[in-house]
Amino acid sequence: MWVKALPLTLLAIAVGLIVCHLAVPKTRTWVWKVLAAQAVLMFLVQPYFALTWAPREVMMGDPYRIIYMHVPHMFMAFLALPLNVILSVWYLVVKKSWAVDALSEALAEVGVYLGGVGWLLGSIWAKPTWGVYFSPDPRLITAGIMVFLYLGYLTLRRLIEDPEKRATWSAVVSILAGADLVLTWFATKMFRSIHQLPSSPDTVDAQIVMPFRFSLVAFLCFMFVLVWHRYRLALALRKNEIAPPEAVGQTQVIA
Amino acid sequence: MPQFAFEIKDVSKRYGQHWALARLSYSLPAGKSLLLTGHNGSGKTTLLRMLATSTFPTFGTMTVLGRDTRQARDEIRPEVALLSHASFLYEDLSARQNLRLLASLMGIADAKKVCDELITRVHLNTRGDNPVREYSAGMRKRVAIARLLLKAPKLALLDEPFGELDPQGILEMEALIAELKAKGTSLVLATHLIEQGQRLTDERLHLQAGRVGEVT
Amino acid sequence: MNPPGLLKTTWIVFKKDMQIEWRTRARLNALLFFAVATLLLFYFAIGGDPGTMRKSAGGFLWLALFFSSVLSLSESFRLETENFALEALRLAPTSPRAVFLGKAAANSLLSWVLALALVPLTVAFFDVSIKEGVPRLVLALALGSTAIAAPGTVYSAIATNARARDVLLPLLMFPVLIPSLIASVSSTTLILGGDPMNQMGDWLLFLFLFNLVYWPVCFLVFPKVIEDD
Repeated sequence: MWVKALPLTLLAIAVGLIVCHLAVPKTRTWVWKVLAAQAVLMFLVQPYFALTWAPREVMMGDPYRIIYMHVPHMFMAFLALPLNVILSVWYLVVKKSWAVDALSEALAEVGVYLGGVGWLLGSIWAKPTWGVYFSPDPRLITAGIMVFLYLGYLTLRRLIEDPEKRATWSAVVSILAGADLVLTWFATKMFRSIHQLPSSPDTVDAQIVMPFRFSLVAFLCFMFVLVWHRYRLALALRKNEIAPPEAVGQTQVIA
Repeated sequence: MPQFAFEIKDVSKRYGQHWALARLSYSLPAGKSLLLTGHNGSGKTTLLRMLATSTFPTFGTMTVLGRDTRQARDEIRPEVALLSHASFLYEDLSARQNLRLLASLMGIADAKKVCDELITRVHLNTRGDNPVREYSAGMRKRVAIARLLLKAPKLALLDEPFGELDPQGILEMEALIAELKAKGTSLVLATHLIEQGQRLTDERLHLQAGRVGEVT
Repeated sequence: MNPPGLLKTTWIVFKKDMQIEWRTRARLNALLFFAVATLLLFYFAIGGDPGTMRKSAGGFLWLALFFSSVLSLSESFRLETENFALEALRLAPTSPRAVFLGKAAANSLLSWVLALALVPLTVAFFDVSIKEGVPRLVLALALGSTAIAAPGTVYSAIATNARARDVLLPLLMFPVLIPSLIASVSSTTLILGGDPMNQMGDWLLFLFLFNLVYWPVCFLVFPKVIEDD
């Protein structure tokens, strides 16, 4: 009973805190600290759940345990980067704002980091499970391309000096990248898949599922704190770049 | 007919991390001509490009011929012409082809004939069909003059038009300016040749680091 | 004075690009030689096994085309920024969307012609034949070329204004074009090697869908790329 309740409760706490942060600006000074504490505590406990508490899998033995790290990384990356696409559309179509641009930058960086690491972890899992590090599997390829697309996005941002152009052009690139992710998914689906079919929680032992959900919540807290800080850094950098000039004296016309 | 050729209201413009214009305000009545002076980097080219609606203020508003540059750019552009140190030319096309391109984009009737006449007028007939790549700097300036005449603008913006011209070319440029003024075209002339510029214009604006400067 | 509408302006821009290509035919030749050289390199790189050669023919044809496209797309905007010609084009005034359509169409045509020119060499080097008919091959090459040109034109316009533009363009283009590469290669390989299970239609449909997504998206966003603000 507590097995199901624990991750759910922690998720509710995390989501509640995030909503608080977004809805009530005054709370922004301390919410991230609570989430950071939650993440730290959960990461301290997680190794126990993942490595000891969860049983050995019947067919795959111990190597499967890497999913407790691999999947949350990928899951969060697939949360962060599509969010960047949405923000990019917002920036171009609805309203330009430095906050949106800074948040996009933060999401891209954190997303690329989590996606890249997650992809590597996936490769490490693949070797003992399928016998190969890499295969033309739809999810694998889509995830890999997603990381590359946003590496390109980040590189572009670094190579443009003008802040307005940087914001506009990276938004354009993000939108094209978003369309590409959908198309890549369908293209690679047309190839045969050997990726693990997603097991629904009903078909899998509750003891294997719980650490997995626990990890997801821990990573959610972790990602939020990372993005929040990266966003604040990006915004500060932007403000520094765009500081307007001081007032000046009278005009003089020489007729 | 709008009262002002342009109105610059507290305009600041940033390029990268550098402020090219800082809180500039100025208005030019319609039909008048303005001498724009200042050292290199003082913001003259930026100002001209903004009047041409090539780029827009970071802060403040700019109206040209009675309309806001950012909102009404497509209405302003047919009426304004910019003559810049950039030649705006496609190196591999000839002067005639470059000119005809502009004419067809403007939708001018009888484009071929009009272009041929202009090419003759700026004395480019003999080399008019060679690629621009082979032209001297003076010849490129003459193509630019032809473009300006083709546009027949209400506001002409000239950025260092006398550069790279021989004495004959300078006389032709001065004649062009006189012709534009006679037609009632508003004019902004940016040049280092101050005495010459003052002869040709009604008012003067001196820029210093993107702001209005003192003239010593 | 009667300013032209979107389609007429597109035609004017397209014609202008074609005029420039014609006037610089030597560069076009160089581009073709580059593509052929790349194809040759692939031939030598995979060694001599005939079975492998036949199966890889479609893949190498498209890779050679991709690399050549980076060069031609790069050039497409270099000539616009060289003398600020694109700025003058905008100030004519010219609709930015017409500029996109005209240039992307010109780039598509160039890629398609290049692809067609590579076919005889591919057939010769890799010992394949056009089993599923020339019309289908021509269609696959056309759809693949337009798939490269639409996002390629947008990225080229961006990269031309950034630092390290030579590296940035392929870095931006290649990941985005992977789905189209998969589809182009698959359909071409089936056309060259035979399609017993009738899969070619699916791949061509996918290519068509890729184009259907990207041309409108690029058409819509292009003004943001070349207009300030």
